Amino acid sequence: MSLFNVFGIASSAMSAQSQRLNVVASNLSNADSVTSSTGEPYRGRQVVFSTLQADANGASGVKVAGIVHDPSPMRQVFEPKHPLADKNGYVTMPNVNVVDEMVNMMSASRSYQNSVDMMNTTKSLLQKTLTIGQ
Amino acid sequence: MINKLDKELNYHHNALSLRVARQELLSSNVANADTPNFKAKDVDFANILNERLSSTPSLKKVNINTTSAMHINSAASGTFGDNILYRVPLQPSVDGNTVDMDMERTRFADNAIKYDASITFINNEFRNLTSAMLER
Repeated sequence: MSLFNVFGIASSAMSAQSQRLNVVASNLSNADSVTSSTGEPYRGRQVVFSTLQADANGASGVKVAGIVHDPSPMRQVFEPKHPLADKNGYVTMPNVNVVDEMVNMMSASRSYQNSVDMMNTTKSLLQKTLTIGQ
Repeated sequence: MINKLDKELNYHHNALSLRVARQELLSSNVANADTPNFKAKDVDFANILNERLSSTPSLKKVNINTTSAMHINSAASGTFGDNILYRVPLQPSVDGNTVDMDMERTRFADNAIKYDASITFINNEFRNLTSAMLER
């Protein structure tokens, strides 16, 4: 019964999107973290999605292939009184773009909603299937 | 008589199993809406259903003989075999993804309703049979 496979596909998408949402939350809350346990300022993180191996019907789910560090340059803020300022008075701040992250968050939550919708449709189809011959 | 019944139900049986497989394909398109380089897939439903219902095998079904276990079997597997097509994107995106969410959601809803319809047809078929048997 391959309608159950839709559940698998939708749940893979949901877990991938929630992982993306998790990364967005981490980026947003650390948007101003100047230092960390390594002494370096926080670097933005992004998830990389990839397709799972397709099944016999050609359908495939999603997985998070990895989380990459944002390679864009760090933000420099002129703040000479800051204890972490360099000799020119600049503080290196995280390279997190708050607007980008908000857009990312909305996109992830919409995709998540789509998957939930897909599951609900499939559930009602399965329930209807059980009424055959009644 | 019984094989006539079987023939009637066979149509809906085939249609339903194709609908299920297509539903799966469409759900995979929606799930991969954010995956870079994912190409949306779909099938020509009427074509496949006709091919399944016709008794004459199509030219596509001719397979290559294999003489060793190491050879790749040319027979396509799965419900659709080699009939899966890629969607032509209307607005291609930079990351190589061809999923158009509006289109996929519409097809998904359309397919779900038609699956529902098939089940209703089957139920009616059974109801007709029962009333014929009860002879009231």
